[in-house]
Amino acid sequence: MRVMAQIAMVMNLDKCIGCHTCSVTCKQAWTNRTGMEYVWFNNVETRPGQGYPRRYEDQEQWKGGWTLNKRGALKLKNGGRLKKLAGIFSNPKLPEIKDYYEPWTYEYKNLTDAPLGDDYPVAEPRSLISGKPMKIEWSSNWDDNLGGATEHGGQDPMVEKTRQQAADKVKFAFEQTFMFYLPRICEHCLNPSCVASCPSGAMYKRSEDGIVLVDQDQCRGWRMCVTGCPYKKVYFNHRTGKAEKCTMCYPRVEVGLPTVCSETCVGRLRYLGVILYDADKVTAAASTKDDKALYEAQLGVFLDPEDPEVRREAERAGIAHDWIEAARRSPVRALISTYKVALPLHPEYRTMPMVWYIPPLSPVVDALTETGFDGEEAGNLFGAIDTLRIPLEYLAEIFTAGDVAPVRASLTKLAAMRSHMRAVNLGEQPDPSIAESVGMDARTIEEMYRLLAIAKYEDRYVIPTAAVGDAQRLEESALPDSCSLDYEDGPGMGGEGPFGQDSGRKNLPLVTIENFHRLRDKQTADEEPRVEDIKEGS
Amino acid sequence: MRTLLWGVLPYVAVALLIAGTVWRYRYDKFGWTTRSSQVYESKLLNIASPMFHYGILFVLVGHLMGLFIPESWTDAVRLKEHAYHVISLYGGTVAGVLAVAGIVMLIYRRRTKAPVFRATTANDKLMYVVLFGSLVMGMWAKLTNSTFDHGYNYRESIAPWVRSLFTLQPKTELMVGVPLTYQIHVVMALVLFALIPFTRLVHMFSAPVQYLFRPYVVYRSRDESQLGPRPERRGWERTGS
Repeated sequence: MRVMAQIAMVMNLDKCIGCHTCSVTCKQAWTNRTGMEYVWFNNVETRPGQGYPRRYEDQEQWKGGWTLNKRGALKLKNGGRLKKLAGIFSNPKLPEIKDYYEPWTYEYKNLTDAPLGDDYPVAEPRSLISGKPMKIEWSSNWDDNLGGATEHGGQDPMVEKTRQQAADKVKFAFEQTFMFYLPRICEHCLNPSCVASCPSGAMYKRSEDGIVLVDQDQCRGWRMCVTGCPYKKVYFNHRTGKAEKCTMCYPRVEVGLPTVCSETCVGRLRYLGVILYDADKVTAAASTKDDKALYEAQLGVFLDPEDPEVRREAERAGIAHDWIEAARRSPVRALISTYKVALPLHPEYRTMPMVWYIPPLSPVVDALTETGFDGEEAGNLFGAIDTLRIPLEYLAEIFTAGDVAPVRASLTKLAAMRSHMRAVNLGEQPDPSIAESVGMDARTIEEMYRLLAIAKYEDRYVIPTAAVGDAQRLEESALPDSCSLDYEDGPGMGGEGPFGQDSGRKNLPLVTIENFHRLRDKQTADEEPRVEDIKEGS
Repeated sequence: MRTLLWGVLPYVAVALLIAGTVWRYRYDKFGWTTRSSQVYESKLLNIASPMFHYGILFVLVGHLMGLFIPESWTDAVRLKEHAYHVISLYGGTVAGVLAVAGIVMLIYRRRTKAPVFRATTANDKLMYVVLFGSLVMGMWAKLTNSTFDHGYNYRESIAPWVRSLFTLQPKTELMVGVPLTYQIHVVMALVLFALIPFTRLVHMFSAPVQYLFRPYVVYRSRDESQLGPRPERRGWERTGS
């Protein structure tokens, strides 16, 4: 047993209202730089929908993730080491920017500078990639709220799969359709195929907390990681020529703060916590032959921190005491392993993803009530789950490689919880058979209810700090104790090196400072900058 | 002039190549990348880039053979000058045509695709001129000085001169009678060597051979020195005011 700790996330899709606050705050924090205009480390997709980049789930096209070879061993779907090196001069499976979307701005200057004429001046869209006028045809959430679903909906790869099995299950007619939101970040997988694809060895999984990062000094821009990731959550910064990805906001997590997307989530649907797992078992679990058994196999990799043997091994592996304690209180572990209501996203990619989802149940109660039944009565609810408007088969294609049973089990637990809690709230005696029928008891159901419905900040985010003995100092370091402009080659040093603006010894792009200067330049400039200048980022 | 071109320039170029590479590695790891433009346009690149790169690798192998295998060795294995010439002419031409056709397509792509052209710096343009120039001059020199059964035998002039550079006693007199086209090719190539560390060509030194031998998943520990505030620089310690 080799115990390792992982910071993992669970999202409760029942609560997601698709407001995109997570995406926007994440973009403000991490990707509002030139070269990253098209990049959303966090994006919210409406499902059914093609996602971002378009049809990223079609691995026959994009070749992300792992697959099994003839001997049943794991191999990268895009080819092994030799094939990668032989094909290093171009990557035919690399999505172009247009597969994400072509970022643009508007020619605002025209609004004030256009000569007097008969027509009102308009701000035409200009591509941020080519600088030319462009027609806006797609963006990261173009099919938000099923926009255009009657035309594009069928191109969702998961809809295609669902329809192969149950032809009439997914409909896009207005009265028959369904939708839910799927917020996505990097999965920080236990068996990351992006890391395995990187020829330079610049991508790595941090051994302390399992966060997957790109070493900006070692990345050489071979672009294999972009193809390797089946979730397409590694991006190519086209200005610096380096890969960038969701960092799980590690500077925040290190001091015990939740990620920006979690912190700002309006629906409070995100949970962060520690999961202990057995690193020795990962490869075997990821090589499980049957796609549908991968969910159970991944559950088998996780370790129970209540087990004294596990705790001893964890301490021997150098995991700090407060991390083991955090693992015991972890809301993520509770939802994944104890209540088993959270499910992984596309386990069939065999990367062992670590951002899990509680499937959405919501519309069922209203739907039942409308038909004249008591929508929260357990018998009605359970019966209705198989005929949900969001078809189980579709959810199963997304969360369990097509196996309906775990999705149904998760939804029945949520339904049982509603029924049970209604009785409690109405002062009735809850029927113990409801809890029993989903393999729980009244107490665990009420605990799960607390975690899902009223968990406070400190219950949702149980994040041990990087070094507890140093916690005070580390918290202060989140706010620098010197002037924030005081760093080598800082602002005022100015000028371009011989290799362009992004060369030179830099740790991370200092986003806030870059913004500060851009804003100040803009405010003090005599003229509105032209579009081309905006692209240059000056 | 003879000493300057054939006795000084090679050493200056190699010194710049080595010192420049060390300097760039120390001070510009962040800028050390292929700076690929494939996300802008990939159809042409998928054909042209492998074509060029494989072409230029064969060209490199050809040069190593031509310059560093002395004529006496091939004579020893009874390879006649005529046979050698045929191998070098056909092999070299195939490799050269691959590389030149590849780079022509790449330059065409760079010029006509707006996003790619916008991402092209002055540094890139200079690099393309020198790279394209030395490639074309090399082909030109070889083809204009060759017929099907006889060609200019650089193994009696250029090759011994190159080898003499390594013994630090350059035999500059060997280069005197060499055809002008070859001379221009050599000078341009030397300039190109000097430019390598200062352009995107540095990516040739990071050919990721280690990928074949490392485990798939890389684990790294957090850098403990990166936790907390960064240490104060010498001379900038706070005085406590």
